[in-house]
Amino acid sequence: MPRASRLRSNPESARKTLAMTVSKMDLTELTIKQAHEGLIKKDFSSVELMKVHLAEIEKIDKEIGAYLDVAKDLALRQAEKIDGKIKNGEKIGLLAGVPCAIKDAILVEGEKCTAASKILENYVAPYDATAVKKLKDEGAVILGKTNTDEFTMGASTENSAFKVTKNPHDLSRVAGGSSGGSSAAVAAGMACYALGSDTGGSIRQPASFCGVVGLCPTYGAVSRYGLIAHASSFDQIGPMAKTVEDCKIVFDAIRGKTPLDSTSVEQKISNFKLEPLRCNFAELSQISNLKIGVPKEYFGKGLNAEVEKIIKNAIKKAENAGAKIMEISLPSTEYALACYYILVPSEASANLARYDGIKYGLSEKGENLLGVYLKSRGKGLGPEVKRRIIMGTYCLSSGYYDAYYKKAQEVRKLIREDFKMAFSKVDLLFCPVSPFPAFKIGEKADDPLSMYLADIYTVAVKLAGLPGLSLPAGKIGNLPVGLQIIGNHFEENKILSVAQKLEKVL
Amino acid sequence: MISEKEVRRIAKLARLELTDKEIEKIQKDLSAILDYFNLLERAPKAEIVRGLTAYNNSAFREDGAVPQPREVAQKIISAAPDKKDGYIKAKTVL
Repeated sequence: MPRASRLRSNPESARKTLAMTVSKMDLTELTIKQAHEGLIKKDFSSVELMKVHLAEIEKIDKEIGAYLDVAKDLALRQAEKIDGKIKNGEKIGLLAGVPCAIKDAILVEGEKCTAASKILENYVAPYDATAVKKLKDEGAVILGKTNTDEFTMGASTENSAFKVTKNPHDLSRVAGGSSGGSSAAVAAGMACYALGSDTGGSIRQPASFCGVVGLCPTYGAVSRYGLIAHASSFDQIGPMAKTVEDCKIVFDAIRGKTPLDSTSVEQKISNFKLEPLRCNFAELSQISNLKIGVPKEYFGKGLNAEVEKIIKNAIKKAENAGAKIMEISLPSTEYALACYYILVPSEASANLARYDGIKYGLSEKGENLLGVYLKSRGKGLGPEVKRRIIMGTYCLSSGYYDAYYKKAQEVRKLIREDFKMAFSKVDLLFCPVSPFPAFKIGEKADDPLSMYLADIYTVAVKLAGLPGLSLPAGKIGNLPVGLQIIGNHFEENKILSVAQKLEKVL
Repeated sequence: MISEKEVRRIAKLARLELTDKEIEKIQKDLSAILDYFNLLERAPKAEIVRGLTAYNNSAFREDGAVPQPREVAQKIISAAPDKKDGYIKAKTVL
């Protein structure tokens, strides 16, 4: 039996061990809150906590493949700094000294940042992404950079130029993608939490497949500065963690407007009150004044029957707790995937023009400048990235622009209107994250359209710029299934608050 | 089915050198994907939307040089594959 098969689902074990004293626990199972309490009580040091995680990476990551690069020196420097502060009796924040992982599409100064592409194989980030800078300011200990599909284009990490990340719950299956390295690292106890990025489901789907909590914030809630661009009107950085509470802690640390990303906004935070953190069954009744919409289009053909059962059960639990459940229609749903796969590759084809063999990364010799471009890009970019650049260039090219790009922009408006209408009637939407649990490695690798269909329930949210969260809701055998909770713009607190209550009963 | 000639034309526009095998695969994949996109023809007409959230957050940066510390410039230049005397080197255009 492979060693990784003993790996546990951390959200569950974290809950089970809540009552135990921290010192008796396996340090790789700690939530952020528990790690913080242990640090301030001096049950362990940040260096110890970091070393335990590095040892776990050393021990099991050969099998899982979550990390592309481990940043030992950076982690040690930061952990020692925090230990010094604790020793001096200084007050430390919740994230100080707690080890995390960063998706390799997000820049960490002085560390390699490849976006899992050969064209950036030796690229060293010259600065920190704003989200990383904010985590560092909070004293976060960065353990390393996690695997992703090349330039975050994919739903399984199989498009990584370097390796496939395996699902810690079943090593023959994918961890999901594109933030599959981050979700696997958190699920397998190789990081307390992680940052991912979501363009069409890349936080929520791997979170669902690996049984962790993943939040894709409202477009603009977190600065994109230092996130390697995929599709700029979709991309968003967000947290992946063992519990909803941890997700909130990380989200609160990284959100906010920065002048370096003109599309970032200071969140007009909804006043939705987050209830006391350790709530019991009685408190669940507090969701009784909530209206939860269930979009009927998300429960049709193609949805795995077991997944449907788990999602319906979660909806039932919310209903039992007093929430009003209403069936909702999002009539333009059937167009969402086509719309997404026109707009996103179109934006990507422009964004990826920068990889030209001149400014950074891989460079091939050519007879003239054009030859350098053609050969460097031809050699350095992988099949899925090339396919999407061709798709995007095609949709934007003269003669096809109106039929594809312009039409898709119109449809984007329709999809946005659907959600606007829905949120005039309900507080939140509940639906599946993915039509199926983690699939077998190689199962969809040769058929791009079937891989794209894995995104069917996650892309519409991004077309509308809305926040969405994946909450572990049950399992099919070993395989976790996530419930997707979608909120209106900047209503992350409402999503998190309800998710936090539901996670206790699912 | 999208023609081989069309794929080659688009690849050139996209500055991508593709092997014959890659062209063949993309031709096949792209045809299936474009067929799928055709379902948008059924979608009702709508006005194009600008700005995703309720907040208008588009902005233009001033068209000017932003002074940067020397070490930032050095880091950026050092990332370039070919450089000389603190400049990035490129092949002649013509």
